[in-house]
Amino acid sequence: MIETIPIPGIEDFDKVYWENCSKNKLTIQHCGDCNEPRFPPRHMCPICQSISHDWKEDSGDAVLWSFVIPRPPLLPVFEKQSPYAVGLVELVEYKNIRIIGQIQTNSNLDSIKIGDKLKIDFKKINNKISLPYWVKNN
Amino acid sequence: MLKDKTAIVGIGQTEFSKSIDSTELNLACKAIKNALDDAGISPDQVDALGSFTYEETPEFEIARNLGFGNLTYWSQAPYGGGASCAAIGQVAMAIASGIANVGVVWRSRKRGDPSSRMWSHTDERIFDHWKWSRPSGLVRPVDESSMLIRRYMHQYDYSRESLGAVAISLRKYANSNDEALMQHKSLNLDDYMEARMISDPLCLFDNCLESDGAIAIIITNMDIAKKLQNKPAIIHAYSQGMNKEHQLMTHYHGADPLESSSYVTATNLWNLSDHSPKEIDVAQIYDAFSPMIPFSLEAYNFCSKGEALKLINEGLINIDGELPVNTSGGSLSEVYLHGMNLVTEAVRQIRGSATSQVNNAKLALVTTCDATPNAAILLKGE
Repeated sequence: MIETIPIPGIEDFDKVYWENCSKNKLTIQHCGDCNEPRFPPRHMCPICQSISHDWKEDSGDAVLWSFVIPRPPLLPVFEKQSPYAVGLVELVEYKNIRIIGQIQTNSNLDSIKIGDKLKIDFKKINNKISLPYWVKNN
Repeated sequence: MLKDKTAIVGIGQTEFSKSIDSTELNLACKAIKNALDDAGISPDQVDALGSFTYEETPEFEIARNLGFGNLTYWSQAPYGGGASCAAIGQVAMAIASGIANVGVVWRSRKRGDPSSRMWSHTDERIFDHWKWSRPSGLVRPVDESSMLIRRYMHQYDYSRESLGAVAISLRKYANSNDEALMQHKSLNLDDYMEARMISDPLCLFDNCLESDGAIAIIITNMDIAKKLQNKPAIIHAYSQGMNKEHQLMTHYHGADPLESSSYVTATNLWNLSDHSPKEIDVAQIYDAFSPMIPFSLEAYNFCSKGEALKLINEGLINIDGELPVNTSGGSLSEVYLHGMNLVTEAVRQIRGSATSQVNNAKLALVTTCDATPNAAILLKGE
């Protein structure tokens, strides 16, 4: 098993997304022709089939849709972190855009509730990759 | 048309165990031989094969070990737990359309060893869709399923106790089944509530078994089926399903993540069938994780959204309930072979030879994985 965090491979259609995450900015891919937002990023607009696309910055305000607390056996890097919480959050500005990320718990897993208001932060993994990470937004 | 043109006429399996000292090819050959003997069909009559893209025993090795004749059709169905009914349906279509006459569908798998878990082979760099979840520590299929059941339990106000009824019901069936890995292990609500968490809110007993073994089935046309010794399990309807915006195992980005590809399969299956959910005598529902049973019961329209766990707690899926489910113990308590044991159990129910037999079972539904692109078949007795 790998000892490190599995890292997202960067491809042409999501390069800008990861570059912006490294600058602590969440950006959402939009169709360059019909302006439809889409997540996860992909090659083609599923509405108008255009391959042109733009990126728009999002506030990173979100609501917790659900979460899990993985327990061992896990990949070694996560086994060391366990117990941790991974959430699926809904962005406030986009209906139906949901993003995965760990949730800051301050060692209090019981404090996490579906419906919690969260704000994005980023966890730097290396020079090219920072992962979305969610913190309470009171 | 496929309807009622083909039937499953033979079923075969190896022993099931946590660890079998044998290769997957060896196990596959034994299971297929057992299925052919059960059907009363000679190996040289086989001219079609169906398997899983995840299957590692190649068609030509199977064919030359078993002594099959010339083959005229073979296909593989993708997506692991979503594949069994698709592999069967594709071979059935080939036979119904006259491309071939006798088909074998098999799955052989050594999964008992923890090092064979697919998630444990996660790469250092992820280029497929799992790049959006695995780097955050959502790594295993159980984590991906757990995300959905926590939301469901929140939305419909269920507790862990309610979910426990699924694993407990299936264990009771396994306790009556000599072949089930969990035959001698009872399970009650206290055991369930005290079990260690694997991916909170899912505990050990919400997970399928890790096991070794192989299962095979034989499909043929009705002309041949009528001359054979076994009562045929007629393939009445079959459909695959993949819904809009589907994302394998992490279908989190559509309009409603709780509305899985099973809704697509179910709608088309019922449209193609002469029967409705309330006529079904017994169902074999794919259960890599316990939430897939309530999710699928709702998708296949046996009840309304949010209602399945309540009905399961009232006894719906037990042997004396309205819809007995996974009557051999399923993947949670009999064996985990990507759902092929659900197919053989449905055939036994139609034949009247199941260990927990539903009286006069004439219609048996078999489904595949709720969290992947999937498929289902509706089997019918004469």
